Amino acid sequence: MTDRPEYTEFHPRWYRPRMSTYWWLRRRSYLAFILRELSSVFVAWFVLYLLLLVSAVGQGATAYRRFLDWSATPWLLAVNLMAFVFIAFHAVTWFNLAPQAIVVRLRGRRVQRRRIVASIHLGWIVLSVLVIWLVMGR
Amino acid sequence: MARRRSPEPYLWLLFSAGGVLSALLMPILVLLFGVVIPLGWISPPGHEDLLGLLRNPITRIVLFALCALSLCHWAHRFRYTLYDGLRIKHLNELIIVACYGVAIIGSIMAGYLLFVSL
Amino acid sequence: MPDHITLRVTRYRPEEDTEPGIQEYEVPLREEWAVLDGLNHVKDHLDATLSYRWSCRMGICGSCGMTVNGEPKLSCAAFLADYAPGPVRVEPLANFPVIRDLVVEIGDFMSKLAKVKPWIIEEPQAGRGDEAGGDREVGRGGLVGGDTDEHLQTPAEMDEYHQFSMCINCMLCYAACPVYGLDPQFIGPAAIALAQRYNLDSRDHGAAERLDVLSQHDGIWGCTFVGECTRACPKDVDPAGAIQRYKLTAATESLKAFLLPRGAK
Repeated sequence: MTDRPEYTEFHPRWYRPRMSTYWWLRRRSYLAFILRELSSVFVAWFVLYLLLLVSAVGQGATAYRRFLDWSATPWLLAVNLMAFVFIAFHAVTWFNLAPQAIVVRLRGRRVQRRRIVASIHLGWIVLSVLVIWLVMGR
Repeated sequence: MARRRSPEPYLWLLFSAGGVLSALLMPILVLLFGVVIPLGWISPPGHEDLLGLLRNPITRIVLFALCALSLCHWAHRFRYTLYDGLRIKHLNELIIVACYGVAIIGSIMAGYLLFVSL
Repeated sequence: MPDHITLRVTRYRPEEDTEPGIQEYEVPLREEWAVLDGLNHVKDHLDATLSYRWSCRMGICGSCGMTVNGEPKLSCAAFLADYAPGPVRVEPLANFPVIRDLVVEIGDFMSKLAKVKPWIIEEPQAGRGDEAGGDREVGRGGLVGGDTDEHLQTPAEMDEYHQFSMCINCMLCYAACPVYGLDPQFIGPAAIALAQRYNLDSRDHGAAERLDVLSQHDGIWGCTFVGECTRACPKDVDPAGAIQRYKLTAATESLKAFLLPRGAK
């Protein structure tokens, strides 16, 4: 930081603009950034939901049934739908940004960004299909 | 050379790992268990099958990693969002303890649920 | 295309004003003119009291950074025709104190730039006293200086850091970065990108020294990868990418130092 200057006739007062508390509404990219960061709240929510599910399954078939019924209540459904949107947003933005952070080299040449993003998305889809297969009964 | 030991690099690594895991695994899980099954579009897996799947050691480890690291991911990201969004950096200590504290407690609970009580 | 376009320019005269105001000027709208040409027209023909910085007028010196219609831009690279019919709002570069009109105080950036040591740091040679004094970490094992002062570098080695060497210190990235706007202590995108430019340079041996500066809380860890810096950069330096890559390097270095405390290097 520059030192606090002495204001004299030849050293005028600088104007220091203050950043508004609503700076993130000023630009679409800023808003998208904040929404992306807030997606982490839904990530934490889903951890809670997942642990509740695991706990219910562990307690027995009636507890599991109760959990399933609870998961179908309208407000919870709405919350989880929002959670899905935000978590998917997190996943997509994360995969799109990952190549910027890592330089991948194959046979001495830099792999193009598109390819990295494409392969990550492909891996994601494959993994998701695997999860579906595991959960829905092989 | 005496390097100032800051936990930031490790916190960032945990955040990144959590980000990767949650990005890969959560979307499909929340779609299945949060939306599609409650809506009745797919019939839920039977209790016995699901219990068997959860009791598998690999599933336990993967789920534990997912839960613990996702909580670390949330803690780190939320802490910085509070700085940037709400600009309450002066509550620094409180925020750090609250965020990472919840992450630690949540991870312990996940460990207990997955490895002890299941 | 209309004949003229209106520039709404921020005026701040510290001897008279307590706050900036706006003054409108109508300048000719010529197809090849940039905002800078408009400002020069104002200064030459309309109002000689307008103050602003510029030099090369071709996007290489980095002097003319301003906020044009809310976006950080080089005024020599923002063409009036793209903003027609206007009006065009011209403000000083965001996140910096304003000295006068469109001129901002850049001392903060200059001091941060010096902190990251943006020069080739030679390997301390075995047998020679350490000029820096104090406990300076010696680089990889004593490559006693060769008989020549030449550094040899292959094109592939230059490629590693080439993109980050394109930085013209225009500070548009600082204007775009919300983290810097909220916390001026943050070291900022360009400083880190320039540190990376030297860290990745095969001729340099100063990575450890720079790590100490950058691994502090106001260093790289303050960055939350908003990515606006890369969007604003007129030279495609991609400072956001540089920062994330550096985070990974710094984190693995810390991990190595923690797991293998002695003689890891």
